[in-house]
Amino acid sequence: MTFAVIAEGLRKRFGETPAVEGFDLTVPEGGVCGLLGPNGAGKTTVVRMLTTLLRPDGGRASVAGHDVVRQAAQVRSHIGLVGQNAAVDEVLGARQNLVMFGRLSHLGRARSRSRADELLERFGLAETGDKPVKQFSGGMRRRLDLAVSMILAPPVLFLDEPTAGLDPRGRGEVWEAVRALVATGRTALLTTQYLEEADQLADQIAIMDTGKVIAEGTPRELKSALGGDRVEVVVHDAADLQAATGVLERATGAKVTLDADTRRVSAPVREKAAALAELARELETTGLAVEDIGVRRPTLDEVFLHLTGPEDSRKEVAA
Amino acid sequence: MTTATPHAPHIPYGPASRLKWAVADGWTMTARILAHWARQPGQVAVGLLFPVMIVLMFGYLFGGGMAVPGGGDYREFLMPGMFALSMLFGVEATFTAVAADAAKGVTDRFRSMPVSRSAVVVGRCAADMINSVLGLAVLVLCGLAVGWRWHEGWGRAAAAIGLLLLLRLAFLWIGIHLGLAIGSPDAVMALQILVWPIGFLSNAFVWTDTMPGWLAAVAEWNPLAATITATRELFGNPTGGGSWIAEHSLAMALFWPLALTAIFFPLAVRRYARLDR
Repeated sequence: MTFAVIAEGLRKRFGETPAVEGFDLTVPEGGVCGLLGPNGAGKTTVVRMLTTLLRPDGGRASVAGHDVVRQAAQVRSHIGLVGQNAAVDEVLGARQNLVMFGRLSHLGRARSRSRADELLERFGLAETGDKPVKQFSGGMRRRLDLAVSMILAPPVLFLDEPTAGLDPRGRGEVWEAVRALVATGRTALLTTQYLEEADQLADQIAIMDTGKVIAEGTPRELKSALGGDRVEVVVHDAADLQAATGVLERATGAKVTLDADTRRVSAPVREKAAALAELARELETTGLAVEDIGVRRPTLDEVFLHLTGPEDSRKEVAA
Repeated sequence: MTTATPHAPHIPYGPASRLKWAVADGWTMTARILAHWARQPGQVAVGLLFPVMIVLMFGYLFGGGMAVPGGGDYREFLMPGMFALSMLFGVEATFTAVAADAAKGVTDRFRSMPVSRSAVVVGRCAADMINSVLGLAVLVLCGLAVGWRWHEGWGRAAAAIGLLLLLRLAFLWIGIHLGLAIGSPDAVMALQILVWPIGFLSNAFVWTDTMPGWLAAVAEWNPLAATITATRELFGNPTGGGSWIAEHSLAMALFWPLALTAIFFPLAVRRYARLDR
């Protein structure tokens, strides 16, 4: 397998503060890797190093087969970057932006224009006409941003929190555009704080905290690493929560988690069918009014919180 | 993808093809700023007419209270000061635009593309100089309308204009450096306000003789002051003062811009190349 992105032991510090410490990651060609992490984990610093914007203090990295330090110019003509802000010219219109960035990509005048028209069509921006970008909605801006990064149809795409600050509709628009892009076999590295986003778009996830990758795998692997399936009960009346906790403890013999806001209690299980049957019997005996009962896998949010949360919850996962 | 996807351009190796890229990219960047003007003609007009308003304010509102030492018209004295001041105002436009591009990630996008490294700076430089030439042209017309004249012939007048543009070029590097260094819109605002006292703390509007001694010294050593005195001499307008620095104003009007360029050009380039934020 060939890798489009390889990072080995990348390091970067700003003054005394280490931002990235020994970052390792490989993304196979055509893969979509979601890089997840809380604010300040070093995601953006990694992307800036991989896109030649920042010189690493140590370690090495290559993108599309070119070293990001020694062959920076080659890397730049093989990547597209969508940053945290829609980095487009707000005074100009969508087409003007695309033609300008096309010229800067050395496509030539005629090709820049025809490429601009293709991309406007493809990203649903053809109707914007001459309107300046500052009058665009957030989703439209990001779509233009994506279109600009696609001018050279780069084999590797970096998306640094592409939906930060967008409303749900804008987020949906961007997701759709990203899905269409990666469906063509492009490699993408996507950073995000939204686990749903990584779950939706990525086939490989790396979780980052304090400058390095702390967990890696497919979304499914990461979820099962947290302890597999859980049974949960949602009670009708919040007053029944204590009773439900007792029932669940007796049925599973495991530690029960209680969420008062959603009137939900849950516990990890091994034999989910047996546990569910036992639980149903117990509930019938006690006569609790239950709204919902079921088995589910942990969400990525739970994985994320456990891995990057305070010390005690990390130990719980390790145990 | 339905249509043929474009191929990544070949990276230029030889110096000739590198230069070709640099020129083409520099021009694209310049054209970008010219396109901004075409879309915001009102903003451009305000920028060009603002110094005219100051000329009218100082020429007619305060000018009556100004007596030119050794006689002469205050507006003849004022105009070279305004020319130089408008060069200083240009620095605001430079750092505001540079800071906005950096804050929005546009500068990063340029840097992540196969764009010639000099293009961003070249484009900024070309567009700002064009703007300054236009601004000077408007101010010269305004000066002629309020009674200012050059008395020493076309050659010396052209030399004076050259000195003014040299000063503008020096301010350009300061503007790019500051624009990349500050970033936040709040800091940009603070800096915009600071430009004013720097402009006023010179001999643009008044004779330094009228100031307390220490203040006069500061005002005379203001890089703006050397250019103002030198251009007054070249245009044949009243100069006032006879201090050491006023005697050597022509040399100082060359020294200051070159010194500022020597300091800030490398700083601006370094900032742009590293942008470690």
